[in-house]
Amino acid sequence: MAATDTATTPQRVARKFDLMVWGPVLALAALIVVGALMNPNFLGYANITNVLARSAFIGIIAVGMTFVIASGGLDLSVGSMAAFVAGLMILVMNAALPTLGVGIPVILLGMLTAIVAGVIAGFINGVLITKLGIEAFIVTLGSMGIYRSLVTWLADGGTLSLDFSLRTLYRPVYYDGILGIAWPIIVFAVVAIIGEIAMRRSRFGRYCAAIGSNNEVARYSSVSVDRVRMATYVILGLLVGLATIMYVPRLGSASASTGVLWELEAIAAVIIGGTVLKGGFGRVWGTVIGVIILSLIGNILNLTDAVSPYLNGAIQGVIIILAVILQRDKKTRT
Amino acid sequence: MNDPILSLTDVRRSFGEVEVLHGISLELRAGEVHALIGENGAGKSTAMKILCGYLSATSGVVSFKGQAHPFKDANEAEAKGVVMIHQEFNLADMLSVEENIFLGRELRRGILLDKKAMQAKTRVLLDQLNCSAPATARIDTLSNSDKQMVEIAKALSRHAKVLVMDEPTAVLTKTETAVLFEQVEALRAEGAAILFTSHKLDEVRQIADRVTIMRDGDVVHQGPTADMSEDQMAEAMVGRDVSQLYPPKGSVPQDADVVLKVKNLTVPGYSTDISFDLHAGEILGVSGMIGSGRTETMEGLCGLRRATATQVQINGVDVRITAPKQALGYGLCYLTEDRKGRGLLLDKSMRENLTLQALDTFGSILIDRAAEEAALATATKDFDIRASHKDVKVGNMSGGNQQKLLVAKTMLSAPQIVIIDEPTRGIDIGTKQQIYEFIRGLANSGKSVIVISSEMQEIIGLTDRVIVMRAGRIAGMLSGHDIAEEPIVRLAMGMAAQTELKTKEPV
Ligand SMILES: Nc1ncnc2c1ncn2[C@@H]1O[C@H](COP(=O)(O)OP(=O)(O)OP(=O)(O)O)[C@@H](O)[C@H]1O
Ligand SMILES: [Mg+2]
Repeated sequence: MAATDTATTPQRVARKFDLMVWGPVLALAALIVVGALMNPNFLGYANITNVLARSAFIGIIAVGMTFVIASGGLDLSVGSMAAFVAGLMILVMNAALPTLGVGIPVILLGMLTAIVAGVIAGFINGVLITKLGIEAFIVTLGSMGIYRSLVTWLADGGTLSLDFSLRTLYRPVYYDGILGIAWPIIVFAVVAIIGEIAMRRSRFGRYCAAIGSNNEVARYSSVSVDRVRMATYVILGLLVGLATIMYVPRLGSASASTGVLWELEAIAAVIIGGTVLKGGFGRVWGTVIGVIILSLIGNILNLTDAVSPYLNGAIQGVIIILAVILQRDKKTRT
Repeated sequence: MNDPILSLTDVRRSFGEVEVLHGISLELRAGEVHALIGENGAGKSTAMKILCGYLSATSGVVSFKGQAHPFKDANEAEAKGVVMIHQEFNLADMLSVEENIFLGRELRRGILLDKKAMQAKTRVLLDQLNCSAPATARIDTLSNSDKQMVEIAKALSRHAKVLVMDEPTAVLTKTETAVLFEQVEALRAEGAAILFTSHKLDEVRQIADRVTIMRDGDVVHQGPTADMSEDQMAEAMVGRDVSQLYPPKGSVPQDADVVLKVKNLTVPGYSTDISFDLHAGEILGVSGMIGSGRTETMEGLCGLRRATATQVQINGVDVRITAPKQALGYGLCYLTEDRKGRGLLLDKSMRENLTLQALDTFGSILIDRAAEEAALATATKDFDIRASHKDVKVGNMSGGNQQKLLVAKTMLSAPQIVIIDEPTRGIDIGTKQQIYEFIRGLANSGKSVIVISSEMQEIIGLTDRVIVMRAGRIAGMLSGHDIAEEPIVRLAMGMAAQTELKTKEPV
C-alpha cells in the first residue's frame, strides 16, 4: 500500500549527485587548482590571508543578504550604506577625539556608531518595504542613491580621513588576528557559522524560506510575516555596520567610491551559492563559497598574466549566469 | 460500439523509482462521457496527463484515432483537439480573463491584436456558462468558481474533440455544476469524447455513460454507469463499505460552555454584524452561497483580514485579534479553503509544511528535526497521507493527500476552536468518512469546530447547528432536526425558512 511507501522508501532522489548542490564546490576546487598551477605563491599563507580578509566585508554582508533574498526580498543599498556608515563613523570618531583622547573608548564609540547606523538604515528599508508595502527593489534602489549622495556630501566630494593618531590604534583590527588568522577572517567565519545554523536549524531560517516560497501560506500559517521580513533587513543593516567596522581600519578613509558595487557582488555571491533569487530557499555555506569564488577570480587574474585583470568582471559575469542556468535546470526537470 | 478515439493500453508510469500506474487501459469514445474515479492518489490525474501529452508513459501505448504515440507534448495534443482542464488552476494570474482564454492563439487584425473581437467572443463563452466575470477582469481578482469557469470557457473555445477534465466540479456549486453539465451534454451530442474525474459520485451517476474505477494505480472496474449504484462505486474505490458516511451526531447539552462569543463582527466589503455563539463540543456549520462572505467573515475573526466587532470573547475573556498569531495564542485557528495558494508550500516537503504553524513547539532555540520527523510519521499514519516517498515536494502529491496534510498541519497546533473551510474539497469518499469521524472526534473530546461548506450533504450530515449566510449577513440559524436541505436553501436564497427560526442567539 502506498501508505507504507512513505515510511520505507529512502530519499533516493536526494542522494543522487546534484549539480546544484555540488556545483559551487566544484567551481571553487577548480579555481584553486588553476590558481595553484599558475602561480606557486597562490596557496601561500600571505596570499590566502589576503584573499580571505578582503572578501570578509562582502562576505559578512552576503550572509545577511542570503536571508533577505531567501525570504523573497532584495537589498541594493548595502554598498552605499557601507560607505555612508564608514563616513559617519569616521566623522564621529574624529569629533570625539578632542574630548575622549586617543584610546580604546573612541574606537568603541566608532564601532557603536557603525552598528547603530547600520541597524537604523536596515530598519528604515524594512519599514518601507513591509509596512508601506513598496517593492524591495524600488525602496533599496532609492536608499542606495540617498546613502551614496549623503556620503559624498559628508565628504564634500572628497575623502573623509580618520585622524592619523586613531588610525595607528585602529589598524590592528584589520591587520592583526589570533593564531595567525586575521580578525576580518575570524569575524566572517563566526558570522557565516551563525548564519548557517540560523538558516538550517532555527525557526527564523525556516520562516524566511516559507515566506519566500509563498508569502500568503506563511501568513495563513500564523507566521508573523512582516516581523520576519523586517528582521532580515535589520540584520543585514547590522552586518553592514559590522563589515564597516572591519573595513575602516584598512584604509582609514571613506569617500564617494567606497563600497561601490558591493551590493551586486554580495547578491552575485548569494546566487552563485545556490540561493534562489525569487526566494524560498537559502544556503549560507553556498554564499560563503560564492564570495570566495568571486574574489579568487580577481586574485588569480592579478597573479598571472595569461588573462588581463580587466576581464575580471567578464569572468565573474559568466560564472553568475552559469550558476543561474544550473538553478533553472533543476526547476524545469521533472 | 464505435472505435475508441483516444486510448491507453497497458500504461505504466514511475516517478523516480516509485511506480504509480501499474499497467492501466482506458478507452474514450466519441459521443460518450466517461468518468474516472478512485481514491486520492490512485493515479487519476497522472493517467489524464498521460492521455493529454503532459506526461509520458514509462511503458505502454497511448493511441489517438488508431495512431500510437500521437503527441510529443501537450501543445501538439491540443492542436489535435485533445484539451485538458487541470485539477489545479492553470491560468496566468496577472492576465485578464480574455487574455487567458486566447493565450497563444490571439486573434489579430493585421499585426495588431484584435481586442474587441476577443472580448466579444469571451463574453459569449462566459454567458454560455452563466458566468458574470468581466472579460477584462484580472484572474487574481476572481473567485475560485469563476476561475474554474474561465478554465472551462478556455477549453470550450478550443473546440475539443476530446475534453479531459480533472475534478472540474470540486470548486463549483450545485447550480454551477448543472451549467457545466449542460455544456458537457452539448459537447457529447456534437460527438466529442469526454473524460472527467470527480469525488462526487452522484455527479458520476448523473452524467457519465461509462465509469472506470482505479485503486492504487490499477483499474479495478470498468463498465456502464447504469449498472452500479453510488454505494457500489464507493465500495469498489475504497475496498470497504462506506455507506455510513457520517458519524452519529453528538448531543451538545443546552448549558455547555460558550467558548467563543462573537458580536457584530463586520468585515468591510464582505460581511456585516455577524453575531453567534459557539459551545464546547459543538460542530457549527456555516452554509450559504459562494460569495456570501462566509470565508471572509471567519478570516476577519482570525486576524487574517481587517475586521471590527463590538465583542469577541474566548472562554469568557474579551479579546481583540489583529493577527493570526494572536488567534492561535487563544487556541483559535482557521484552515483555508485555498490549499494551493494559502495552505501549503508546494515546493517544500511534507515535513516543512506539517510543522510550519506549530514550529514554536519543536525545540527551544534550534528546531528539533527528530521531533519533526516523528510528528510526520504520526501524521501520515493518523491521517492516512499517501505520498510516493516522504521527501516528495508537496506540489507533486495528489490533491486529496495535500488536503489531508493541510488538516494534519492545522491540528498539530492543537487548537481549541478550529474553523475548517471546505474540509473535504477534492477528497475521496473513504477519506471523507475519516475526516468526518475526525471532526466529530474533536467535538466529542470537548473541542469546538466551525465547518464552512458548500456541500449541502456535509452540512446536514455533520453539523449540530447551522448558520446560513446571505449577502454578508446571517440569514438564519437552524439546529437539530431543522437542519435540512430545504430550509437552508430558502435562507440562502433570501426567503424565510418554513420551519420556525431561531435567528437570534440567547444573549
Ligand atoms: N511529479 C510527481 N513526482 C512524484 N510523485 C508524483 C508526481 N505526480 C504524482 N505523483 C504521485 O503519484 C500518485 C498518483 O497521483 P495522482 O495525482 O495521479 O492521484 P489522483 O488519483 O489524481 O488523486 P486525487 O484524487 O487526490 O487528485 C500519488 O502517490 C502522487 O504522490
Ligand atoms: Mg488528481
